Amino acid sequence: MDWTALLLSLRLALLTVLALLPIGILVGRVLAYRQFRGKGLVEALVALPLVLPPTVLGYYLLVAFGAASPIGQIWQTVFGSQLVFTFEGLLVASVIFNLPFAIQPMQRGFETIPADVREAAACCGMSPLEALAKVELPLAWPGILTAMVLSFAHTLGEFGIVLMVGGSIPGETRTIAIAIYDRVQAFDDAAAGQMSSLLLAISLSTIALTYAFSRRIGRRLG
Amino acid sequence: MSTVAGLQVDVRQDGPIPLAAAFSCAPGEVLALVGPSGSGKSTILRSIAGTYRPQHGKVSVNGETWLATADGVCLPPHRRAVGMVFQSYALFPHMTAIGNVMAAMGHAPAKEREARARSVLDLVHLAGLEHRRPAELSGGQQQRVAVARALAREPKLLLLDEPFSAVDKATRQRLYREIAVLRRGLNMPVVLVTHDLDEAIMLADRMAVLHRGRTLQTGTPAEVTTRPVSAEVARLVDLRNIFDGRIARYDAQSGRMIIAWAGLEIEAAARADVRTGQAITWVIPDGFVVLHRRDRPSRGEHENPVPGIIEAILPIGQSAHLTLRPNHHPDLPIHYSVPLHVARRNGLEPGVAASVSLLADGIHIMPAPGTAPEDA
Repeated sequence: MDWTALLLSLRLALLTVLALLPIGILVGRVLAYRQFRGKGLVEALVALPLVLPPTVLGYYLLVAFGAASPIGQIWQTVFGSQLVFTFEGLLVASVIFNLPFAIQPMQRGFETIPADVREAAACCGMSPLEALAKVELPLAWPGILTAMVLSFAHTLGEFGIVLMVGGSIPGETRTIAIAIYDRVQAFDDAAAGQMSSLLLAISLSTIALTYAFSRRIGRRLG
Repeated sequence: MSTVAGLQVDVRQDGPIPLAAAFSCAPGEVLALVGPSGSGKSTILRSIAGTYRPQHGKVSVNGETWLATADGVCLPPHRRAVGMVFQSYALFPHMTAIGNVMAAMGHAPAKEREARARSVLDLVHLAGLEHRRPAELSGGQQQRVAVARALAREPKLLLLDEPFSAVDKATRQRLYREIAVLRRGLNMPVVLVTHDLDEAIMLADRMAVLHRGRTLQTGTPAEVTTRPVSAEVARLVDLRNIFDGRIARYDAQSGRMIIAWAGLEIEAAARADVRTGQAITWVIPDGFVVLHRRDRPSRGEHENPVPGIIEAILPIGQSAHLTLRPNHHPDLPIHYSVPLHVARRNGLEPGVAASVSLLADGIHIMPAPGTAPEDA
């Protein structure tokens, strides 16, 4: 059992979810309520990681983050380290490939709030920020929760992109999914089996908990 | 800045929803915006509340400008002290009744909110149901929470958007009475949007008739429903006896005007702004069409008698709605109603001959479009 890889995966998943929370709320809310030119294109871009092979997305991220690219150079100047094959690079890649898993459920969550309920919040004297905190977020909560769980579980399981952008550096970029692959390559079936069943248990229980929780919220809102 | 008390509204735009509406509403007054679906009623209400921004317009309340597109003033809705009751109530489903009311009390000190919310809920007869969520309340109770929430903000203006359309008839009747009592204690302008004419007549002091975003006529319900300014308004307020005619002469002795109507002469109350020979449209509300009763003839039968054949009889509740084809011109049916027992006693049924009188005082003359004296 590679505990370092497990902890790294959990840390990566947690930070990814934290980073995606404000991004998802912001973008999901805009896509749910605003009509603008090019909205279809934005929605297509958000959904792209769902259909693109992970190796293709990983390849583009590797190129974009590389020391020769503008993004890689800016990162190098600001933080003094390179972006590829580091935990930070892995985190940025993880946020990008999780965009659809975070934004789409949040968008659906905001879309379920009737327009007149949002107008009622304003007519009750709430500023847009108060309305967000007191009315929109509590009502969109099932969607937000689903988004967080999906992103978390998906980060734990992602393989192709992690390998492309991060490689398999122990303690830096070797996630549990990579560690499992590594063990199988080394004919260490016992360790691979242990880690796989642990990953299965974590994923299953997270999703089961979410479903139970959102059903309770659904009952409460009637 | 004007310091006129009450609400002043003037909103205009060509599209996407055409608007050309201007009206005012005094403190303590209930103004009903009446019109068919799609006449722009709700858009006008939302322009006042600030959830919709018309291209051109002015909205001011007690001298405070909320919208003045010419000066670039447009307060966001949360800065307009307005109480709004939505058609579907738009209650916050995750909050209890008292939570909904307290949500509109951001202006009050936190310590006082709960006590004040309780007293507002008392006012709408919801004491004891404070901790129920909207899903656990009946339609009528939800409507009361919506009213309480609107009042909790201590608004300068109350806006009601079809507030009775989502409840059953019995509940609606009870809510009408409650609103009628409640409004006496409110010293603010109240604007009620409705497509139900009876509702407007019952609750409003004045009504504005709207069509395609335009205010066609503003006046008391009695004025608008018996003295419409045009055939268009007459149709919108559900007057069915609308006819074309010509002023034949003015009878100085009776002080009445004589209308030539499809070969018949009809006496009507005189109007100063029409002259002999002018083409007009005239209208008579159902209530001024009087049946000549076979069992009890009366002197009133000399007034504009119109004999004809009953074409249809439609019993609705305790009254019978009748359509009479006049003998002189069967293509101009007259609609009227009588109590059901009168219809039965007089043997009224399709195909039977019957006569009615058109009471001169009820006949309202409108100059036909483009035929005002100066145009002639």
